[in-house]
Amino acid sequence: MTSNLSANDTPKVDPLKPADSSTATREGMTKCVLVEAINLALHHEMARDPTVVILGEDVATNGGVFRATLDLKQAFGSERVLDTPLAEGLIAGLSVGMATQGLKPVAEIQFMGFMFAALEQIICHAARMRNRTRGRLTCPLVVRMPFGGGIHAPEHHSESTEALLAHIPGLRVVIPSSATRAYGLLLAAIRDPDPVIFLEPKRIYRAQTQHICDDGQALPLDTCFTLREGEDITLVSWGALISECTQVVDQLSAQGIAVELIDVATVSPIDMNTILQSVAKTGRCVIAHEAPKTGGIGGEIAAQLAEYALLDLEAPVLRVGGYDTVMPYAKKEALYLPSAADIKAAIERVLAFG
Amino acid sequence: MRGRQQFSIRLLQYLDPQGKLDLPLPEWTSNTILLLAIYENMVLARLLDQKAIALQRTGQMGTYPSILGQEAISVCIGLAMAKHDVLVPYYRDTPAQIIRGISLAEIFMYWGGDERGGNLNTASRDLPTCVPIATQLTQAAGVAVALKIKGEDSVVVTTCGDGATSKGDFMEALNLAGVWDLPIVFVINNNRWAISVPLEQQTRAATLAQKAIAAGIEGIQVDGNDPIAVYDAIHQAIERARKDKQPTLIEALSYRLSDHTTADDASRYRDADELKAHWQEEPILRFQQFLHQQGLWNAGQEKALQQQCLQVVDTAVDEYLSVDAEPATAIIDYLHAFLPYTLEPQRVGLQGKEASALRGD
Repeated sequence: MTSNLSANDTPKVDPLKPADSSTATREGMTKCVLVEAINLALHHEMARDPTVVILGEDVATNGGVFRATLDLKQAFGSERVLDTPLAEGLIAGLSVGMATQGLKPVAEIQFMGFMFAALEQIICHAARMRNRTRGRLTCPLVVRMPFGGGIHAPEHHSESTEALLAHIPGLRVVIPSSATRAYGLLLAAIRDPDPVIFLEPKRIYRAQTQHICDDGQALPLDTCFTLREGEDITLVSWGALISECTQVVDQLSAQGIAVELIDVATVSPIDMNTILQSVAKTGRCVIAHEAPKTGGIGGEIAAQLAEYALLDLEAPVLRVGGYDTVMPYAKKEALYLPSAADIKAAIERVLAFG
Repeated sequence: MRGRQQFSIRLLQYLDPQGKLDLPLPEWTSNTILLLAIYENMVLARLLDQKAIALQRTGQMGTYPSILGQEAISVCIGLAMAKHDVLVPYYRDTPAQIIRGISLAEIFMYWGGDERGGNLNTASRDLPTCVPIATQLTQAAGVAVALKIKGEDSVVVTTCGDGATSKGDFMEALNLAGVWDLPIVFVINNNRWAISVPLEQQTRAATLAQKAIAAGIEGIQVDGNDPIAVYDAIHQAIERARKDKQPTLIEALSYRLSDHTTADDASRYRDADELKAHWQEEPILRFQQFLHQQGLWNAGQEKALQQQCLQVVDTAVDEYLSVDAEPATAIIDYLHAFLPYTLEPQRVGLQGKEASALRGD
């Protein structure tokens, strides 16, 4: 295996280590890992739009515990980059209040496991402010949260609860799977006139370096990205697991099996058109996500395939997910996380059907 | 070093329950137009309240939380604020919302189950009525941050009940207002009851105002049924917020003379004698007596005011009851700035369902 991203092989980089400052430029491109791409997008958008304000725990002076907000305070001042007291409900409530008054708060919840105190504000207020004021007030905020397992973090630091958020009408839930998509999607999230939850797969924060042109070009939200084209089977995933999926696609390609790999990217609302078109071509589909299998977004995609693509399907749709249990502590998290082998096995089962 | 702090909480009261003066009147009371506006708005608020309950009881409106007995607090908030200030209300603030330009019909629409009642076009920046307890307080802090960042001299006034002070949001908002020097006034409507739970079961603290001490901000108690004291405290707190960018917590002592809402029956848990005793302290009669004593009010004016307010309320009821229904698609159309294509089929389905219902299918 060439990647360091398998579930059994924790990334060699320390996610708590500051970013390598030697970000060499090459032909106007910046060399970035995913978390640096987020930082780049934040710098770009704060410079472009004076209403963008950053807030959260440790985001200003410290630049964020993962360094996603590095140097923003130095560049834009402590009035626009705010270290808040340690209270997630407060961070979300402040963001709602600020957003209703014409600012664009980009709040950080340090880890998704600590979002629950913020959910009342996100669900009961951010998601419905436009609707309940019939458009008079809006809530154009972004809540960034690192999520997912694989970095040997303490308890409560590794869950993937995107399905909880995706179930809430009025929220967009966006998950990048590479540095370039992190840059483009975060710009789009900040520019979106409605609340966006931006979930950052921290396992791949520093996994792969890409060259990014800091041109302020946003990528579309509500749109799947077809990363590989193939005719034999559709593989749907998002976030960190895209790395394992890519490995599987490569392995199967060597065996003459063409897998179409789709990165959902916006897990709510889901761009089903792209998935349906792919399945119309391949007739087979596997959905892989790190979150617990039952009640996950994979179930929603499978249900829509049953609803709209039954006659296209040549085999049952299979889901590969985490186990329906509490996220294990560091020693057993690799066991919990879907592996490339799990995904490959599911694909082989679906291909063998019929 | 931050040392230990001794503290005491001041209680501000000018008028006793008979409307007699305890203290010399503050200077602003020479503005008799303002004094009369306080009274007139309290009377209007009470008539609106009675009408809202009547509409609910006759099946013409949904569940409604009465403000009976708390009129002075909300009226004084509305009158003390500048138009460009921002109100972040809880759900017993209709008098302040009306003073800030919301129509009475919109109030009925909101409690009648029509989202357009939260549109509040005339109070363009105010946040809508907040139902979840205490969540408005951190939002209010966010509004204050925004005003500060934008360099405005506007301030935020936000309100809650006594029950809300038991929630973390209350302390989080107060704490931040202190740390960040926010131009904000927090007003607790201490009506002594959170549905069926009396204040004694919310806290061992002798006052709610002293919770400001823990946040390092100014805290004061006022007699919430004494409009002179309430207006005085709120006016001063707003000026502090505007000029000094300093927050204040005001605990306004009042009493919920009504049930919690029209869905509640307070006689199940509240002693009738206690309720009766508190009727002796309610703000409207107290203020009317004061105005009489000052030679500012007479029976003829009272009769005219009652008639005028009744007419205003009745007109609003007619407007509320005759408003055209929103199209069914409104329940989807305001969710996002741009409708995601994924919602299109549901929107079409909704139109079909509405058409079918209109045909009587």
